[in-house]
Amino acid sequence: MTALRLAGLRPLVHAAPLRPVDLELGDGDIVLLSGPSGAGKSLLLRAVADLDPNAGEVFIAETRRSQLPATEWRRRVGLLPAESGWWGEQVSDHFRLAGDEVAALLASLGFGTDVLDWDVMRLSTGERQRLALARLLANGPEALLLDEATANLDPANRERAEVLILDYRERRGAPLLWVSHDPDQRARLAAATDGRRLVVDGGRLQPEEAP
Amino acid sequence: MSLISLSPWDLALAAGLVLLLAALSWRLHLDIERRMLIAAARSTVQLVLLGLVLKVLFEATHPLLIALLALVMLSVAGWEVMARQRRRYRGAWGYGIGALSMFLSSFGVTVLSLTLIIGVTPWYQPQYLIPLLGMLLGNTMNGIAIALDGLTRQAWEGRVKIEARLLLGEGWSEAIGDIRREALRAGLIPIVNAMASAGLVSLPGMMTGQILAGSPPLEAAKYQLLIMFMIAAGTGLGSVAAVWIGSRRLFDERERLRLDRLRMK
Repeated sequence: MTALRLAGLRPLVHAAPLRPVDLELGDGDIVLLSGPSGAGKSLLLRAVADLDPNAGEVFIAETRRSQLPATEWRRRVGLLPAESGWWGEQVSDHFRLAGDEVAALLASLGFGTDVLDWDVMRLSTGERQRLALARLLANGPEALLLDEATANLDPANRERAEVLILDYRERRGAPLLWVSHDPDQRARLAAATDGRRLVVDGGRLQPEEAP
Repeated sequence: MSLISLSPWDLALAAGLVLLLAALSWRLHLDIERRMLIAAARSTVQLVLLGLVLKVLFEATHPLLIALLALVMLSVAGWEVMARQRRRYRGAWGYGIGALSMFLSSFGVTVLSLTLIIGVTPWYQPQYLIPLLGMLLGNTMNGIAIALDGLTRQAWEGRVKIEARLLLGEGWSEAIGDIRREALRAGLIPIVNAMASAGLVSLPGMMTGQILAGSPPLEAAKYQLLIMFMIAAGTGLGSVAAVWIGSRRLFDERERLRLDRLRMK
């Protein structure tokens, strides 16, 4: 069954270099995206999440994006941007419910539940990135769009994050669209999950040639 | 007490002080004498003209003429609000948001106080309407300009934060809620401060004018209070309207943050 389908999707943003994109992902499918800076990888993810004006259609579990309110659509597709935004005062302001599930999520990223009392203004870049992932998964999205999700993490935390993401995919059958600049990471994840590796270049998605 | 009429000579004497100041500026190389003299000349021409226009208007009490003057005042105020924005809304919105909020608040509050509080008949009697409207527009203009500028600046700087909230499934209103509150607070602070310090630090301009013109001080104080409360209400309502319309305009029908609807000055 198709879990996520992009049909002629194209960002309508000034100077967006992409041609219409068609892409299908089944339950738990992984597509690893790479390509030079400015090729439009982030713009593509943003278009899927309907964060910029765009043309085309996206389906999640055969539900048309245009049939859903934008708020519900975004909750379902789960985009983790490269730069995470923080507001309010404490980390707990970012989790609607603070039950066992959240505690487990935090623990798998190396945090105790005391992190919920931390001041958001004092988080380091790496802490922000891990907590942004926890915050997203706590929201229960049906797909994951990851933009450099582990770029600011040390090796130990990167591995924790990867394990958590793959585990989430396994449990929920969530398809993953993952932008990564790290060739080792792409190769490792592709091998572990039978994922596809695609390059965004010249406005098109093409298979990444094996190194 | 009666009004002591000022002769042209009296004013010329006061103007001489400004000339003296300009000479001082020239001597000290402050390089502001030219602007100062032009500003003084402008204020002379503008106020004399206004006096002449009001004289005709007060005698005529013609609704159409009054409406025309009110409209001119509103358009200039709307223009002024737009001119003070560092990031303006593109298209007609740049002018429209400020002008519409000022129209709603200033006209609403003025008409309300003329009919219900002062009880002038007819309510559009220009001797009351024009000065009240002028005071209101001049002051709400400030609040609205500050609030709108705060809104667009913070939205611009807080893009990552706003979009992060949208991505977690929040609606546009929730995603920009704290920024909106902050902008409104900034717009309201000047009038709150003015109310708190009135009479202690400064004698408000309107009250001063009334006292000089021979009104009993207590009457002048009552009118000053009326004006201040009206200004506070007008600024509050106007800022709420401007920030609400302005923040809605920052998002489209799919609740996307559309900073491309703003342009840098």
